[in-house]
Amino acid sequence: MLTEFGRVFIFLIIGAIFVAGGLITAWLVRPHRWYPGKLTSYECGEEPVGDSWVRFNIRFYVVALIFLIFDVEIVFLFPWAVVYQKLGLYAFIEMMIFLAILLVGYAYVWGKGDLDWDKPTPHIPVIKKQKPVEQAYAEEVTV
Amino acid sequence: MNFYDTIFYFFAFVTLVSAAIVVFSKNIIYSAFSLLFTFFGVAGIYVLLNADFIAVAQLLIYVGGILVLLLFGVMLTNKVVSVEMKTGTLQTIPASIIVAMTAGALCGVFYMTDWKIVRSVPQMTTTANSLGEMFMTTYLLPFEVASVVLLVALVGAAMIARRDRAIQNLKPKI
Repeated sequence: MLTEFGRVFIFLIIGAIFVAGGLITAWLVRPHRWYPGKLTSYECGEEPVGDSWVRFNIRFYVVALIFLIFDVEIVFLFPWAVVYQKLGLYAFIEMMIFLAILLVGYAYVWGKGDLDWDKPTPHIPVIKKQKPVEQAYAEEVTV
Repeated sequence: MNFYDTIFYFFAFVTLVSAAIVVFSKNIIYSAFSLLFTFFGVAGIYVLLNADFIAVAQLLIYVGGILVLLLFGVMLTNKVVSVEMKTGTLQTIPASIIVAMTAGALCGVFYMTDWKIVRSVPQMTTTANSLGEMFMTTYLLPFEVASVVLLVALVGAAMIARRDRAIQNLKPKI
């Protein structure tokens, strides 16, 4: 009587038990002696500075938006893939039209450079090259 | 209360509790993460309604996509932890009237609908097959139009979210 999703549900329960079991046994077994130093985030022995919740760059958001659109496209692909063998070439052409329309958007996003990971431009300090002393002296003499 | 009811109440409980946390939490990050369980509980209810494709789509799009987007949105905001959430009661009388009317309409719909109650739980069948067939034959035009809608959404989203290159180039050059 177990349906396909019944199996998924059992996996879910086992997963929850697995995580909770590990945490609870650790809590039961470990010694409960804490001091503030234990609660700081560990970062290679360095004292953490500031907050861990920092502001993210906007470029993550653009990529996430583009991902979401293609995520929805994948959802449309699933029912097509199930019946593809039955309908054959007809379904294939239909899907290619569907994908071609979205490919226009992909080309647009690519062409506009939204997929490029814009790296911050480094400021490389330029040190003025100093002339050798003899040459500078010689120039001064000629003037 | 049989087995199905138990599972239904479990998912309903998960959905409602996490939705309450989304609304009442003072920390916006906790709200965003709590929304994950709300979406998940709704997906579970979809499965119980024999809507397996919608359930999977819910997991794939909402949990996998929209939540990531929301989290990025939260992380893009200036302050994450100490956001002053202004919660107060404004316009109490109009709000309560609207709430009462909406609740009344919903209750009316609930009691007046002639529910087709099936006593025996029908065997779970995959809906993806029939969905795919309908997409490819009867509803071909809406299917292709959906692609155009996605295209518009993609172009529009990329255009709005894009950082203006002209402004970026105005940064002081050292």
